[in-house]
Amino acid sequence: MDQTIAVSQNWYISLSALLFGIGVMGVLIRRNAIVILMCIELMLNSVNLLLVSFSAYSGNNDGQVFVFFIMVVAAAEVAVGLALIMSIYRNLASTDINMLNKLKW
Amino acid sequence: MGLVTFLILSAFTIITAISVVFAKNAMYSVLSLIACFFTIAGHYLMLNAEFLAIVHIIVYAGAIMVLFLFVVMLLNLNTDNEIQKSLKLKFAGVISGGLIYLILLASTQSALPSIYELPERTSIGSVQEIGMKLFNEYMLPFQISSILFLSAMVGALLLAKK
Repeated sequence: MDQTIAVSQNWYISLSALLFGIGVMGVLIRRNAIVILMCIELMLNSVNLLLVSFSAYSGNNDGQVFVFFIMVVAAAEVAVGLALIMSIYRNLASTDINMLNKLKW
Repeated sequence: MGLVTFLILSAFTIITAISVVFAKNAMYSVLSLIACFFTIAGHYLMLNAEFLAIVHIIVYAGAIMVLFLFVVMLLNLNTDNEIQKSLKLKFAGVISGGLIYLILLASTQSALPSIYELPERTSIGSVQEIGMKLFNEYMLPFQISSILFLSAMVGALLLAKK
């Protein structure tokens, strides 16, 4: 293993922070509900990457078990979220989130 | 594994992530997100987490993204007249995302010791190690997550049913 140019953990932290920022940006600038759900997935994955990097650099695999559970919850969340989008589309014939302003003040 | 591999993988991750946000067509967003998940699986492999890399590809690229593709194709979204947010709001969104990135970066970089070396190749990410931990220490959460799946399945069916 090439130790001279090993990757320090700060690189992984920076990459995770950047991915999280891109996800937040996507949630803020897009209006299609499906794309917003995808950006939430992106944010979940940046946190997963951070957990795996901490687990690998500290030599303890509890973090990887947590990532496994996060994947389980993400799968359940996506199934319910897409079912919600389907029923919204059935009622409004659109997935534009600006149409959903009934609860807006 | 060298810095070069990491930088190339990261470049692909960031480019695909940005194209998820800025692609006009929702279908292209889904495809870039699949590419992004494959590069993240590559990062897991570089961090010696083989089990998670495989599970990530199977669960995300194999199950979740297929579900997304299904819904995007099913909904027949006409991308031509999708109303975009105004330029001012888009600019504000980009600035907010960038600020969150800067805040996370500044707080984590000052809170942590500056450099860690990856331990010599260990087997903490192997199927055996993760399985031992999952079925001994985390037995109860593992079984509760199956109940969560069942309730999510029932909920999705109930919501999607006419």
